[in-house]
Amino acid sequence: MTNPLRDPRDRRLPKVAGPCSMILFGVTGDLARKKIMPAIYDLANRGFLPPGFGLVGFARREWADESFAAEVHDAVREHARTPFREDVWAQLSAGIRFVAGDINDPKAYGRLKAEVSALDRERGTMGNRVFYLSIPPGLFPVVVSNLRGSGLTESHEDEWRRVVVEKPFGHDLASAEALDVGLGEAFAPDEIFRIDHYLGKETVQNILAVRFANAMFEPIWNCNYIDNVQITQAEDIGIAGRASYYNSIGAARDVIQNHLLQLLALTAMEEPPSFSSDQVHAEKEKILSAVQLPDDIDLHTARGQYAAGWQGGVPVAGFLEEEGIPPDSTTETFAAMRVTVESRRWAGVPFYIRTGKRLGRRVTEVAVIFKRAPHLPFASQAVEELSDNALVFRIQPDEGITVRFGSKVPNTASMEVRDVTMDFQYGESFVDTSPEAYERLILDVLLGEPPLFPNSTEVDLSWRILDPVLDRWAELGQPPQYASGGWGPASAYDMIARDGRTWRRP
Amino acid sequence: MGSPATGMVLTMLIVTDEEYASDATEAAVLSARQHPMRILTLIPRPGRGPDQIDAQIKVGGDDGPGEVAIVRLRGNRSAHANSVVIPLLLPDTPVVAWWPADAPPVPADDSIGRYAQRRITDLSTSPDVPKALAERRAGYVPGDVDLAWTRLTSWRSALASMLDLTQGPIRSAVVSAEPDNASAILLASWLRECLNAPVEFRTSEGPGITEGVLITPAGDLRIARPDNNVASLSRPGVPDSTIALPRRPLPELLSEELRRLDPDEIYGEALLGTASASSI
Repeated sequence: MTNPLRDPRDRRLPKVAGPCSMILFGVTGDLARKKIMPAIYDLANRGFLPPGFGLVGFARREWADESFAAEVHDAVREHARTPFREDVWAQLSAGIRFVAGDINDPKAYGRLKAEVSALDRERGTMGNRVFYLSIPPGLFPVVVSNLRGSGLTESHEDEWRRVVVEKPFGHDLASAEALDVGLGEAFAPDEIFRIDHYLGKETVQNILAVRFANAMFEPIWNCNYIDNVQITQAEDIGIAGRASYYNSIGAARDVIQNHLLQLLALTAMEEPPSFSSDQVHAEKEKILSAVQLPDDIDLHTARGQYAAGWQGGVPVAGFLEEEGIPPDSTTETFAAMRVTVESRRWAGVPFYIRTGKRLGRRVTEVAVIFKRAPHLPFASQAVEELSDNALVFRIQPDEGITVRFGSKVPNTASMEVRDVTMDFQYGESFVDTSPEAYERLILDVLLGEPPLFPNSTEVDLSWRILDPVLDRWAELGQPPQYASGGWGPASAYDMIARDGRTWRRP
Repeated sequence: MGSPATGMVLTMLIVTDEEYASDATEAAVLSARQHPMRILTLIPRPGRGPDQIDAQIKVGGDDGPGEVAIVRLRGNRSAHANSVVIPLLLPDTPVVAWWPADAPPVPADDSIGRYAQRRITDLSTSPDVPKALAERRAGYVPGDVDLAWTRLTSWRSALASMLDLTQGPIRSAVVSAEPDNASAILLASWLRECLNAPVEFRTSEGPGITEGVLITPAGDLRIARPDNNVASLSRPGVPDSTIALPRRPLPELLSEELRRLDPDEIYGEALLGTASASSI
C-alpha cells in the first residue's frame, strides 16, 4: 500500500531510512571513529535515521555498552559535522550496544545474534540488519562464514540484510572475484554495498548533472572537439602511518582502480536512459569494458616513489625511509598511465590518469582539454599566450568547475589574446554545511539505493584494465624516485611528451 | 553594487519594519552559506521627515558569500521601493520575497512581490492568526509559501515515516496544539487532504504542536512532543521510542525554503483546505 502522506510532489519530506540495526566490525579503526560514527550522528541530527535504529559494535575489547557508547560519543564530539545536541545523542545512544568477542570465535556470533534480536524487541529495529565490515578484506571470509553460521544473515519475510565493504575490493582480478565469492555465500549481489567515498561526493555526482542536464556541453563532448582528458588525484602528504597497508597496495591499486577509473567512466559514459541504478551501472560498464591500455606499457605509463626532500618549507622523509617500509620496497607512490576508450565518441582521445603522494598540492580534478580552434584569424604573436580551452571539474578542494578560454587583453595596441578562467564555486562557500560523502552513502545503504556504489562487474572490469600494468611493473623492480613536493617522476613527463602533450598543472 | 554576481543563485528581497529587520537579515545571511545570494532588506519608513533613501552595504567578509544591502526608504520614497529594487536584481536568477511580518494581502500582486517567483510569509508573527490565514487563503497564488508550513516539515516527516511501517487504513487523526497555532492548523488540513479522513483539532497548553495521532484499526500511531524538543513515538506492537523533533531556528527554515523555488503545491492544497476546516 502506498503511504497517503507521501506525495511525489512533496519534495520537502526527506526519505527517512526504515528501522534497522547496524552491526559495525572494526569499531576501533580510524575510519569508524573519524567517518562512520560521526556520519551516523549527523544523519540522526538531520532527521534521516529512524527512531528504531540500533548500532552494535563488535570487537575484542572488554567493553560494556556504556563504554562503547562513550567511544562513539567522543568520536562524534570530535568529528561530527553538525552541532552536538544532547537530545539527538540521547536518542541515538539508547540504541547503542556492544558485543565483546573474537571474530574467529563462532560463540561470539551467538552472543551478537542475541544482542541484535534484543534490539529488535527493545528498540523496534524490525529484524533489518546492516553489517558494516570496516576491517581488512582478508578477514571477510571468516566473518561472513561465522555470520552465516550464527544465522544472523538469514532473513524472514519483510526483513532485509545488507553488507557494506570498503575499498580495496581485492588487489587484482582474481582476488576481487574471490572476495565476491566469499561475500556471495551469505549475501545476494544487490545486498552488497561497496563504499567508495569519492562517489558520494556531490561534485562527482555533479559531473553527470552538468553533462546531461545542459545543452551546451554534450554536443562538444567527443573526439571532434576534445583533444585529451587528464584525471588527477594528488596528495601532498606521504603515507602518514599507513605503512603496512600502503606497502602492500601502492598508488595504482589504492586510487586508480576505484576512484580514477570511476571518474573516467562518469566523464566518458553515454547518457543513461534514466538515473536508475541499473541503467547508470550499465553505461559505466560499457565504458570500462571499452577501456584499452597502450600496447607498450613501458612507454605510456609511469611510476615512482617519493624521495626525501622539502615540502611547504618542511623537511620530509622519503618513502623508503618511512617507518615500516622495507628499504627494498617496490611499491609505487605515484602511478600514471594513458588509456583510450574504444568507441566512436572517444576515438583517438587519450585519457591520462595520475595519482601520487607528496605531490605539489592536494587536489582531485578531471580536466577536459579541447582541441585548438581550427582556424585562428589572428597574427601568430597575438595568440602566443593562448593555450587550449579546458573545462575542469574540481572534485576537491574548492569543488566546482573552471572553464579556460581566450580573451582579448585590454589596452593593447594590437589584438592580443590570452587565457582567462571562469569559475563556478560549488563547494567553497557551503563547505561547512554540505553533507559528508559518508553520510550520503550510509543513508543510501539504509535506504537500499545502490546507484552510487560500484557493482562487482565494474570492480572486475577495473582490475582487468589495471592488472596488465601491475604485472609489468612487478617485473621492473623498484620504481624510480621523484622529488617530494613536485608533480611526479621524470618518466611521467616523458610519457605524455611522447604524445606531444603536457600535463596540466592542477 | 557593481560587483560580479559570481556564484550567486538568487536575490532575496526582505520587506520589513525596523522590528524584524535585523533578525531577518541575519537569518538570510546565515542561509546564504547554503544559498549564496544577494540580500536586499527594504525598510519602508513612511511618515513625516525628509524624503530620502539611506542604504548600508556589506559585501564579503566573515558573514559568508552573500552581499547585503539594507535600504531605508523615508517619507514618500517608502511607497516606491520597487523602483530601487529593479536595478539591483541579479540578472536572470530567481527572486525571492520575504515578509517576516505584515505581508500584503496578495503577495503576488504586491509591488515588490510581483518580481518574486517565491513569496515567503510568516503566519506565526500575526497577532490574529485566523484572520491572517483567511487572508493568505484568499490571496493565494502558486509560489506563495508560509514559514508556518516550513516549521511543519519535521512533524510531517515523522508522521509519514510512522505510516511507512503500517498497513491498513487510517480512520481519523488528532492534532493537539496551542490555540491558533498556524502550523497546527496547516498540519490538520494537510492530514485531512492526504488521508481523506476526519481530523480533530484539540487545544493544548503547547508549546506549539504537542501531539499528532493517526488512528488505525490496529491501534493508534502517536507522536507526542510535550516539551518542544524530544518527541516520543508509540505504535501498537512496537516498543516506544524517542526522536528529536526540535523547533528549528529561522536560518534553517529559510534554507529549507530556498532549496526549491518552484511552487509548493502541497502547501497550496493544505492552505486552501483550511477553509473547510474553519470550525477548528
